[in-house]
Amino acid sequence: MSTVVEPVRAAAAPRPRPARQGPRRGQRWRLGEALVPVIAGLAFLYLLVPVAYTVAFSFNDAGKSNLVWRGFTLDAWRNPCGAPQVCEAFAHSLQVGVASTVIATALGTLLAIALVRFRFRGRPLVNLLVFLPMSTPEVVLGAALLAQFLSLRVQLGFTTVVIAHVMFCISFVVVTVKARVASLDPALEEAAADLYATPWHAFWRVTFPLLLPGIAAAALLAFSLSFDDFIITNFNSGAFTTFPKFVYVSAARGIPPQANVISSFMFVLALLLVVAFQVVSSVRAGRRQRG
Amino acid sequence: MTTTVPARHTTTPAPAGAALEVAGVTKRFGAFVAVDDLTLTVPSGSFFALLGPSGCGKTTTLRMVAGLEQPTVGSISIGGRDVTGARAHQRPVNTVFQSYALFPHLTVAENVGFGLRRRRVADVAARVAEGLDLVELGHLADRRPALLSGGQQQRVALARALVNRPALLLLDEPLGALDLKLRRQMQLELKRIQTEVGLTFVHVTHDQEEAMTMADTVAVMNKGQIEQMGAPAELYEHPRTAFVANFLGRSNLVPGTVVERLDGDLLGVDVGGVRVRVPAARAVRAEGAVLVGARPEKMRLLAEGEEPAATENAVGPGTVVDVSFTGVSTQYEVRVPGLGTFGVFAQNLSGRAGAAPGDQVRLAWAVDFTFGLDGRDDAAEGVADLDLEP
Amino acid sequence: MSLAVALGEGGGPPPAASRPTRTRGHRPLLLPGLAYLALFFVAPVAVLLATSLYVPVPGGDVGQYQPALHGQNYVDALAKFWPQLVRSFGFALMATLAALAIGYPMAYAIAVRARGRRLLQGLLLVLVVAPFFTSFILRTIAWKQILADDSFVVAALHWLHLLPPGGRLTATPFAVVCGLTYNFLPFMVLPIYASLERLDPRMLEAGADLYASPFTTFRTVTLPLSMPGVVGGTLLTFIPASGDYVNSSLLGNNTNTSMIGQVIDARFFKVLDYPTAAALSVVLMVAILVLVGSYVRRSGTEELL
Repeated sequence: MSTVVEPVRAAAAPRPRPARQGPRRGQRWRLGEALVPVIAGLAFLYLLVPVAYTVAFSFNDAGKSNLVWRGFTLDAWRNPCGAPQVCEAFAHSLQVGVASTVIATALGTLLAIALVRFRFRGRPLVNLLVFLPMSTPEVVLGAALLAQFLSLRVQLGFTTVVIAHVMFCISFVVVTVKARVASLDPALEEAAADLYATPWHAFWRVTFPLLLPGIAAAALLAFSLSFDDFIITNFNSGAFTTFPKFVYVSAARGIPPQANVISSFMFVLALLLVVAFQVVSSVRAGRRQRG
Repeated sequence: MTTTVPARHTTTPAPAGAALEVAGVTKRFGAFVAVDDLTLTVPSGSFFALLGPSGCGKTTTLRMVAGLEQPTVGSISIGGRDVTGARAHQRPVNTVFQSYALFPHLTVAENVGFGLRRRRVADVAARVAEGLDLVELGHLADRRPALLSGGQQQRVALARALVNRPALLLLDEPLGALDLKLRRQMQLELKRIQTEVGLTFVHVTHDQEEAMTMADTVAVMNKGQIEQMGAPAELYEHPRTAFVANFLGRSNLVPGTVVERLDGDLLGVDVGGVRVRVPAARAVRAEGAVLVGARPEKMRLLAEGEEPAATENAVGPGTVVDVSFTGVSTQYEVRVPGLGTFGVFAQNLSGRAGAAPGDQVRLAWAVDFTFGLDGRDDAAEGVADLDLEP
Repeated sequence: MSLAVALGEGGGPPPAASRPTRTRGHRPLLLPGLAYLALFFVAPVAVLLATSLYVPVPGGDVGQYQPALHGQNYVDALAKFWPQLVRSFGFALMATLAALAIGYPMAYAIAVRARGRRLLQGLLLVLVVAPFFTSFILRTIAWKQILADDSFVVAALHWLHLLPPGGRLTATPFAVVCGLTYNFLPFMVLPIYASLERLDPRMLEAGADLYASPFTTFRTVTLPLSMPGVVGGTLLTFIPASGDYVNSSLLGNNTNTSMIGQVIDARFFKVLDYPTAAALSVVLMVAILVLVGSYVRRSGTEELL
């Protein structure tokens, strides 16, 4: 008699919709089931309160120090570059962010592909080397780079900041892309080769498009790590300001509401971008389901 | 049939339906030998099946022919040209993968046209349409693979390979994920397409029914080597090893010793005190320890008081331990003391069961259908083992 | 392709054939990244190690050092600053545990409870990640205001007698740990979410089918299967938390909350005592590597790397 052998993964068939968790009998909520949403809800609240606070205080009619609520005003929003150095610091952060993201994503993606798809001696060592920057506290990373720059008598500034940022971002990019590469069926690349595609062609036509979501996520992660980084930047920037550095330094004097404006702006922008991405992919997925 | 020679293709494609020669190929993965000194020839234009249980090396062999693995030792030639050193994308071979490996980010038409585009073939659209018509999926050309059923995906994978008119088409257990009815349908389809288009097909499977239905020649593989190769009927009626006898269908095997040579070119074999006759032409060995075999469908239960014919061998009496009615036939398990348990498949001619569990019966079968194997073979080799099943 | 899928999760278990297959052609892929790490990670750490052994130039200015192998630097540094070192690990541990207690239910809610509702899942994930995009310094300062002596929160705690009259929250270890927990919460939630997302809901059904109560199913099925995520999350929280100094400098005081990061920063920039700062950094790094190594090995998730 013939035996049926299932392939290891169902061949690209859409996953069946799993049953929903939650109360089954009428509306009777058992304590255990209510506990998770309640804690989660409180946790989300906890997460977002300081953000709400930051956004709220961007509308504050503050004087020198934006610590006490005085009144609602749109002044800061109308004049976001009003406070000295705010926009300069912001621009610097963006420049550093873009530069480090591009470089770190490129280097990290190549590393991730090599680590997952190839078998070579020293693979565990490379894995370890990639993991080490993630497991080193920022203080140590910053101090180490500073020590090296000092001993080489390199001028601290934009370049050293970018170098530092790329260094700690690579590990995160590798981890993110690795997960995506591992979930890619290697039979696809074999099929491409079987269909006369040279390795180069196979990479660009098959591997890269399928990796793109992972690479995009890694790039997003790298940018947000770079933009928000303070400690390593502080060690390696000299007189060059970035946005977090500016905020930290002015914390003593009094942070101008413009800083809150920029922060809120970035928050809303990021939120919109990611939500839009989610909505678009949900719509596309829904359209695919309906065929 | 003409094959367009693309301008930038590195190798001139061999004429469609080329012969395949595998010469002395061994593949080692570290200390593990997956394929052991394999030699076979697949004639041009034939449908060839590599049959064997999981882990026997058949998929590794296929991958070496496709160029996805390199043999440790040996050479592979397609259409008379040595391709051992050529990479996968340089060989005039296409594969239908077990998981189909359809590119999820491309439509069906783009998938099917992928190989054609890589080879810079002129008029891709027409060739794609032609290929999709062959598998009757023209209406789904703009769909993404994720939206297709398993059977449809399988046909797209087939079209994607066929449209390139390869010298050799390799199929790696492509029907495994389909349900029974669909699988039967696809088996007939594949056979039809192969005869129509005239390509050489090499089909790897663990399903012996599938291999026997579709192939002109079947090679049974076990532990990296070919146990026996030939036409399906030849393998089935004249197995030469216990593995082949047990793997293809089912066999009743009992150990015995050759005691005499009889008239009419027969061997007299003593099995547990009973004398059976084995045609010498159907015996692997003519002396010493042998395994006597007969297929269950060739055996019959003797009625109460009935004597076996002169041209029959007989054993028994034994006890019926199991009766299974399958509609088409009734399958009996009969335990004969000193010899073992025999399976008997009785065609359902009368609509009634011939015996019930506990009955004492004798078994008979025609001498001409007896075969003899080497007594040193393991009589249980090739039988499905639940512990080893994937 | 939601955020979750983009992060590589979802789509079932990885194919069995994702074993590495090729043995050639990896060098061009590895070389750029490795070269970069060698140049800007390995080399600097080596320099740091070397600097930690330097001695002051005799008769030289503050900040001038010469190469030496003065291992005594380590002894001096540890003798002077071991309270901060211990405190850093203590705070980091407390923050990690707190983040785990808060973050696991969050991840569970998103991955398991919201399963099947992709829009909701995506939205919740965004809410976890979005605070990233405001400056974390501003958020920490926001906490400072929220926990300030004259704030609503402190007043409420006074009223509930959870805080003695005259007690305060800012400039206390409590505030520092709070800040640490808060800042690294997303790092805890995301890996646990990724692990839980992979969980086949049919396993939970199997648990129920085999007479386990929901809590038992959680304890014996869900929790062990989400362990890789828990390990990843705790590492990604503990490691940066132990070296952090922004939280302690903004939310703490100078007497009983200073962490090793502050000390290193001060040694580097204010006192210009490079060898001590370098020695402390090396100690911190080695301590973490040892802790991480034994932790990962104990929890058996080496493939995390």
